Amino acid sequence: MKIAGRKVPFTAYIGGVIVVLALIMILFAPWIAPYPQTKIVGGVWDTPNPHDWLGTDSIGRDMLSRLIYGGRTSVSIALIATCLTMIIGVGLGFVAASTSKLVDNIISRVVDILLAMPILIFGLMVFAVLGTSIPIMIITISVLESTRVFRLARAVAMNITVMDYVQVARLRGEGIGWVIFREILPNALPPLVAEFGLRFCFTFLFIASLSFLGLGIQPPAADWGSMVHDNAQAIAFGGYAPLFPAGAIAIVTIGVNLVVDWLLSIHALPAGAGAEI
Amino acid sequence: MGILRFIAARAALGVLTLFAVSILLYLGTQLLPGDVASALLGQSATPDALAVLRAKLGLNEPAYLRYLHWLWGVLHGNLGNSLTTGTPIAGELMPRLINTLFLAGYAAIIAVPLAVGLGILSAIREGSLMDRLASILSLAAISFPEFFVSYILIVVFASQLGWLPSLATVYDGMGFWDRVDATTLPAITLTLVVVAHMLRMTRTSTLAVMSAPYVETAFLKGLSRSRVVLSHALPNALAPIINVVAINLAYLVVGVVVVEVVFVYPGVGQLMVDAVTKRDLPTVQACGLVFAIVFIGLNTIADICSALANPRLRSRKRQ
Amino acid sequence: MSKPHSMIDRRQFLGAAALAGAAAGLSSFPLIGQARAADMPTSGGHLRLGMGGGSTTDSLDPTTYLQWVPVNIGYQIMNGLIEIDEHNKATPELLMNWESKTGAADWVFDVRKDITFSNGKVLDADDIIYSINLHRGKSASPAKPFLAAITDIKKLSANQIGITMSQGNADLPFLLSDYHILVVPNGFTDWKNPIGTAGYVLEHYEAGVRCITKKTRPYWKTGCGNVDSIETLIINDVSARTAALLSGQVDAINRLDARTVDLLKKRPKVHVIQSAAGQHGVFVMNCTDAPFKDNNVRMALKYAINRQQIVDTVLRGYGHVGNDQPIPITNEFYDASIPQHTYDPDKAKFYLKQAGESTLAVDLNVSDVAFTGATDAAELFQQSAQAAGITVNLKQQPADGYWDNIWMKAPFCASYWGGRPTADQMLTLAYKSDAPWNDTFWKNADFDKLLLEARVELDQSKRKAMYGQMQGMISSTGGALIPIFIDYLEAGSNKVHGMKPNPMFDFMGQRIGEKVWMS
Repeated sequence: MKIAGRKVPFTAYIGGVIVVLALIMILFAPWIAPYPQTKIVGGVWDTPNPHDWLGTDSIGRDMLSRLIYGGRTSVSIALIATCLTMIIGVGLGFVAASTSKLVDNIISRVVDILLAMPILIFGLMVFAVLGTSIPIMIITISVLESTRVFRLARAVAMNITVMDYVQVARLRGEGIGWVIFREILPNALPPLVAEFGLRFCFTFLFIASLSFLGLGIQPPAADWGSMVHDNAQAIAFGGYAPLFPAGAIAIVTIGVNLVVDWLLSIHALPAGAGAEI
Repeated sequence: MGILRFIAARAALGVLTLFAVSILLYLGTQLLPGDVASALLGQSATPDALAVLRAKLGLNEPAYLRYLHWLWGVLHGNLGNSLTTGTPIAGELMPRLINTLFLAGYAAIIAVPLAVGLGILSAIREGSLMDRLASILSLAAISFPEFFVSYILIVVFASQLGWLPSLATVYDGMGFWDRVDATTLPAITLTLVVVAHMLRMTRTSTLAVMSAPYVETAFLKGLSRSRVVLSHALPNALAPIINVVAINLAYLVVGVVVVEVVFVYPGVGQLMVDAVTKRDLPTVQACGLVFAIVFIGLNTIADICSALANPRLRSRKRQ
Repeated sequence: MSKPHSMIDRRQFLGAAALAGAAAGLSSFPLIGQARAADMPTSGGHLRLGMGGGSTTDSLDPTTYLQWVPVNIGYQIMNGLIEIDEHNKATPELLMNWESKTGAADWVFDVRKDITFSNGKVLDADDIIYSINLHRGKSASPAKPFLAAITDIKKLSANQIGITMSQGNADLPFLLSDYHILVVPNGFTDWKNPIGTAGYVLEHYEAGVRCITKKTRPYWKTGCGNVDSIETLIINDVSARTAALLSGQVDAINRLDARTVDLLKKRPKVHVIQSAAGQHGVFVMNCTDAPFKDNNVRMALKYAINRQQIVDTVLRGYGHVGNDQPIPITNEFYDASIPQHTYDPDKAKFYLKQAGESTLAVDLNVSDVAFTGATDAAELFQQSAQAAGITVNLKQQPADGYWDNIWMKAPFCASYWGGRPTADQMLTLAYKSDAPWNDTFWKNADFDKLLLEARVELDQSKRKAMYGQMQGMISSTGGALIPIFIDYLEAGSNKVHGMKPNPMFDFMGQRIGEKVWMS
């Protein structure tokens, strides 16, 4: 299989535009939002009008402004938490796959234990004991989600460590670090990059589920997950207020994943090359 | 090492993990503020009423003794009585477990073939319109929080069209097809939630092995793309696919609390959340144990299947 | 959007609308004719209730009732001693013809005759005494504190009991109307299958999921027990509950989301019932903790909150403004002459200055478990307080464990009180200096004295004056910031007739099962 030329597909452009817009929103929210995020500007669930382009939310705040500020919170938390998740999950996964069986068993069992705990209940316990703040939330999400990434990373790395070229490198006397960074990582990247795109989305949803439990972002600050939750009632009566934050999550997720897909298609070459070392 | 020994070793580890989970759950719930007495009485918790209730429920015993009592009971096949209702937990848990497995099974029957099938098809037709559509639609589906997907499905299929019931309340003596009818909306919701993950991993894992030399060789032999994908790439991509399927199957059993709440489905998740809120520790333990068995069981099976799919995984003694 | 706030008129109007089963918003004149036509209960049919407020841990043992679902099911199967009617008056149920001697400490009640339990046993005084005693002595029942003043219950004859109290209480009949006190046969303990004297018999019960009760015999209460069977479904998610009503899977639902009521009213075939009631949201200030120690600070906060905005926005008009005292307008002792605290940033600043401050920053702990919309209300409070130079920092707390960790521990937090049948009960519960739930830690010896005097006063007008004085004390010096009284909102399909507002609890004081009829 060859790369379908070097041409960048149009979907990648779309993804890129979405990601750039999201970044602008994170950086410049106070300058682009028409109103402060907590200001009450109209009635409850006003429909879109010239003053409030996307209408108002469940207590009459401007939907567009909250969407922009909420994007700032949601996207940056999701981004940080996802990166942390991948670092922990992939790191441990590779170590488990490439070192001794004992280490593998210890890490795998600890992860199994964490995985076997229902995630919301585990979160509930952590927050009840440590309290809720954004750093604690990010760390908790990362630790919990990384258990999911770990299983995948380990499985992928296992497949690679048994390949002849890795065995050869080992016999050459290369260290663990060399094996992980030079042999496993390049070959394992595609599924992991794909996983990153999905984890990014799951992090949004995790924050949304936390708001279901009254944890999560402190009001009156906005985040997209809680905004869906707070406005969800409108949907039963043909209101579309919750569709805006839900749509925003969908658009950013799709944007990030389009970029991920493009990266994957570029990546196909080095992966093949790596196999020949 | 023989495959049987491998299985036996994994199973033994699974049992050990179960113990660890039960201890962790117990410790975790101990850390939660309040106990069953104060949780039960809520805003009505006068010191007097608390003292009476604590004594009645045997909460004055030290925590580790209560754990050991519970463990002793479990080892003898007795899950104990619920602290809140006083009835045997097993009687409450079993029908709910069956319900949970029924819903998970229903969703899995739709989701797994759909996701893996579409994933393989996307890999075969990489870059085609179908590939992109499957990718974007599945992503859009998981970007909506599941309670929101549920609301939309309820509004459309129950309130507007009236095709399906919005309540998935099932009970003893309900016919099989009635159950299927009642659980269709939750099953669709769950399908939408899990499909994207499995689809994308199937697609990427398959494509990842496409650049391996032996696949290039297969192409050089002049085999068609679909033939190469199915008989050369897919078998080698099975390990990550099996793992993702296992994780998602486990999610269908363990992680569906929100869907249970919205559709009023009497599953284990809701029982466990209620028990945590009320600090009904024996019930939390029992539910946690059931979840852990499902999770560890599925992971063990996934490991064994991965090992079968890639025999080299079993022979790690080489290093 | 503004809404009328004269609740009495509104309630009566909605009552009529409910009878006719017509959507609100029509002129009320044609409704009256229809109401008469539909007024005659017809028997038969299967009633399906969709209820929030139940969990998998609910037992049918009346000493454990803390949520509405088991109470509702309890009333389908068992009767209470005394019923509070739609006008907030104590009326006979299984006890009747009561009288008390001076000092309200010795009471005599007749036990209703010719009543049988569903197992055939005839009701007598022993059953009543046993059922009350379930909540006394070594009991963990939430009703125990209300009955603490009862020193003795004597059987005077097969159909008469005498109650002696250590301290008089003119409101004893109201105390005995408590929903925990349900009557079972003497010595009964099988709570998995309660036996009672009410219209229905338990057929199937799965806690937190579903309950079925069936009518097996004629019901002694006239005009009640009309439907053949009742199915109670527990639907805790409000969206799911609303969807179930709209898609016709249930016939009536409780606890509507105020934000969607106007939308719901526009739907054909659905009618909404609104009951002004005693439940109220509170922002609790600890009067022994800085800065709330200073009454000027408390007054500043009371003037810095825009109550009307909270009623209009959070409750969407389905409630009324509170005046920092807990007695609702539905109560006969409500004192309308106490000056209403309104939103006035200048007055708030004035009180701040009195306290020697120009600005103030306080942490407000909040969770929606305190009352629905508590977080929204707190956000509005935060906004309105800014104009008075007061910074309210919101601390969102997890619902789980809120009552253990926050309430009565944090110096400033959201809370609620459900309605209590009498003014005495409400004030004794949460405002008396030594009350276990005195969450504001407000202590006032004059108030305590007045409370005890009012309790035994049998002259209604003197009593009203005393309760008025106490309401004024709490409003102007207490630690409870009570911005809103919250109406109960419920809805029924047009197949359900006879749904009416009730001043105590929703779903007609949880007795909806025996009251309504189907077409």
